[in-house]
Amino acid sequence: MSLFSSFFGRGNKTSAPVARDRLQILLAHERTGEASESDLLSKLHAEILEVIKKHIPVDQDKVQVKLDRGNSVSMLEIDIEVPQLKSSRRS
Amino acid sequence: MAKVLVVTSGKGGVGKTTSTAALGAALAQTGQNVVVVDFDVGLRNLDLVMGAERRVVFDLINVIQGDAKLSQALIRDKRIETLSILPASQTRDKDALTAEGVARVMQELREKFDWVICDSPAGIERGAQLAMYHADYAIVVTNPEVSSVRDSDRIIGMLDSTTEKAKGGGKVEKHLLLTRYDPARAARGEMLRIEDVLEILSIPLLGIIPESEEVLRASNLGAPVTLSSPDSPPARAYAEAARRLEGEKLEVTVPTERKGLFARLFKGRN
Repeated sequence: MSLFSSFFGRGNKTSAPVARDRLQILLAHERTGEASESDLLSKLHAEILEVIKKHIPVDQDKVQVKLDRGNSVSMLEIDIEVPQLKSSRRS
Repeated sequence: MAKVLVVTSGKGGVGKTTSTAALGAALAQTGQNVVVVDFDVGLRNLDLVMGAERRVVFDLINVIQGDAKLSQALIRDKRIETLSILPASQTRDKDALTAEGVARVMQELREKFDWVICDSPAGIERGAQLAMYHADYAIVVTNPEVSSVRDSDRIIGMLDSTTEKAKGGGKVEKHLLLTRYDPARAARGEMLRIEDVLEILSIPLLGIIPESEEVLRASNLGAPVTLSSPDSPPARAYAEAARRLEGEKLEVTVPTERKGLFARLFKGRN
């Protein structure tokens, strides 16, 4: 922010409305059972790992489950790092 | 019939202890018998803010464990006769608080005083839960800032579910105390507006305490701000909040911008 705009209060967008909107989205989610949501993520993490382990040896730490909560749509992102598979074992 | 009030917030550093001291003193000045109870076991500070740190002999844990009688642990304020403080222990941790022990002490305090004001520790664990458990009223201290509002929302949820009142099918009466409010920054859109915080938390407003250097000065001196500088804006706001707690119907005073000379020159009258 330049000295000029700080004197006259122009030239920069106000941050308070952004704070309000972020809080409204966040709290709407948290009030509907934040605990069950984090439970859900750890359950997903464990079960996905189980399934994959049946077929491929994967490291516990190499499975990332992420959730990005939006206003209308939430994105569930599952990122699994798989070790190099030996081609000879392929049928 | 005594009223038990918890001053809580979830987040630390928002002004729980300052508010406990200021409201306790303001209520006591109207002739009510008031005790302020420090629940922050291990990190006691209410004694310091009230200027009673050198008079602590026994504490809440001593009373809970039966090492001292309640009357031995209570410290009478030197400025206001009707104000007492029950300090927390500095050496123990929160595990020394037992649910039964707290219940017994609270019952005894209810018999002795008109107001029992419990200064909750930060967080949502045992100490905070026990501080709010017996409350009839809750003052949720909130700064106009995202993390404080979020934590207050969480605390409001706990007040509605894990308190004695809530478990008995009743409700803890909740009030919002907005502290460290800076009207100039709010006017510039740099700080959450009062209406925004009220809409998000949707509990009734008890008062708005403006950000002020008088608050630090008061804690430096070891006196509640309502006593150290009673005419200052934060002290007036606390005194007003105390009257509202006593049931008076008062419009909440919204702090206004105190313009410097420079701003006045540029913006003219306001």
